[in-house]
Amino acid sequence: MTPSRVAFAAILGKDLRAELRTLQSLPAMALFSVTTFVIFRFGLDRTSLSGSLAAGVLWATLLFAAVLGINRLFVAEREEGGFDAIRLAPIDRSALFAAKVAALLVYLLALELVAVPIFAVFFLGSAASLAPLLAVLVLTDLGLAATGTLISSMAVNSRARDLLVPLVLLPLAVPLMIAATGATEPLMAVGGPGYHRFGTWLMVLGLYDLIFALVGYAVFDFLLED
Amino acid sequence: MYGKGLRPLSIATVAMLALSLSLVAFYAPLDADQGFIQKIFYLHVPLAITALVGFIVGGVFAIAHLRSGNAKWDAYSYVSIHMSVIFGAAVLITGAIWAKASWGHWWVWDEPTLVSFLIVFLLYATYYPFRYAIEDRDRQARYASVFAITAGAFVPLNFMAVRMAQSLVHPRVFATANGGLPGSMLLTFLCSLAAMALLWVTLVKFELTAKSASGQVKRLRRALDAPAPGNTSRIAPEVS
Repeated sequence: MTPSRVAFAAILGKDLRAELRTLQSLPAMALFSVTTFVIFRFGLDRTSLSGSLAAGVLWATLLFAAVLGINRLFVAEREEGGFDAIRLAPIDRSALFAAKVAALLVYLLALELVAVPIFAVFFLGSAASLAPLLAVLVLTDLGLAATGTLISSMAVNSRARDLLVPLVLLPLAVPLMIAATGATEPLMAVGGPGYHRFGTWLMVLGLYDLIFALVGYAVFDFLLED
Repeated sequence: MYGKGLRPLSIATVAMLALSLSLVAFYAPLDADQGFIQKIFYLHVPLAITALVGFIVGGVFAIAHLRSGNAKWDAYSYVSIHMSVIFGAAVLITGAIWAKASWGHWWVWDEPTLVSFLIVFLLYATYYPFRYAIEDRDRQARYASVFAITAGAFVPLNFMAVRMAQSLVHPRVFATANGGLPGSMLLTFLCSLAAMALLWVTLVKFELTAKSASGQVKRLRRALDAPAPGNTSRIAPEVS
């Protein structure tokens, strides 16, 4: 049996390489988020944002952009027979879950590498809040990656593939968004970043990540059986 | 087989409901603050508790299904969640009525319990489109179980996050666990809770019985039409 670490690295490498060569998800996600910022600029009729409005716009946009990537996460496995190959391979199936979570995490971080600076240029007066935001981004992405991978792996085997991911993922992501916007809001407050309940929200994010990573790890085997 | 004990259970449920409703109407004192409308509390809160416990029970059945592979547990899980979603709709309606009467608005965003309940309800409402988008019968059962477990883990986390999001602590109308409630109100509340829980169990049992009976009828009809035993195609969860 191939060690899980090797299998994990192989699947993750395959995913990242495929994305780099085809560029199926990432450009679309980045373009989508920039366009959404423009829509928010006119929808809210604001040229600069701060506090809860800024946090809400940023996270709503990132969440919807993430849905695009999550929708496509398992499409190659489904269409090219990757699921059967994984089932045949002498590896622990959890390696697939872990690798997909890691791949999605990389996608989301890459998306934010583009979208968050553009958001700052569009709406924020200063970039002072961006350094502490990194912790919020990483923890939220981890939670999104865990639930997103779980939902995506199920939705891809259904009739209503593109419909199910947003349908099920959005309510599941509500606590994540509560904590993420709660932590981001004081960071983008008028007059420099504040840290009101910053640590508490990070802990909520961490708890969410932990719970859904464990749930995903525990149930993922059953999704691959056939 | 599922019909066994259904009659005494139904009678007990009706008796308990009648007892609790008459306690609500004639025994429980009027609330000094809110007057008559407060009586909806005896309907709203037991419904909410039963629905939430039902969601968790659905998750536990789902774990049993994944561990044993027995489709019976999937049907239990499905019916539990189904009934809890119906109860949940009633919770939201009674909650809105109560909010209108005591705060003047049909919906208040600063009541964390109600908001949490809405989010949980929205998540479980996606159980049906999710489940029926998957055609293969075994896969549908497995995926639905995974959904039920994930959503079951989500329920407490969601309540915590929504409660923490309240910037100011909203005064609780009723102290939740200990004290605050006079004895006569507490007794009425506990009776209502027992009645709602019994109602839930009875309705779950009825639905399981109906599903099992319709499955049997389908099998018999198929056996009459084509004598050769073929495999049965099933869409909805069935109990055998």
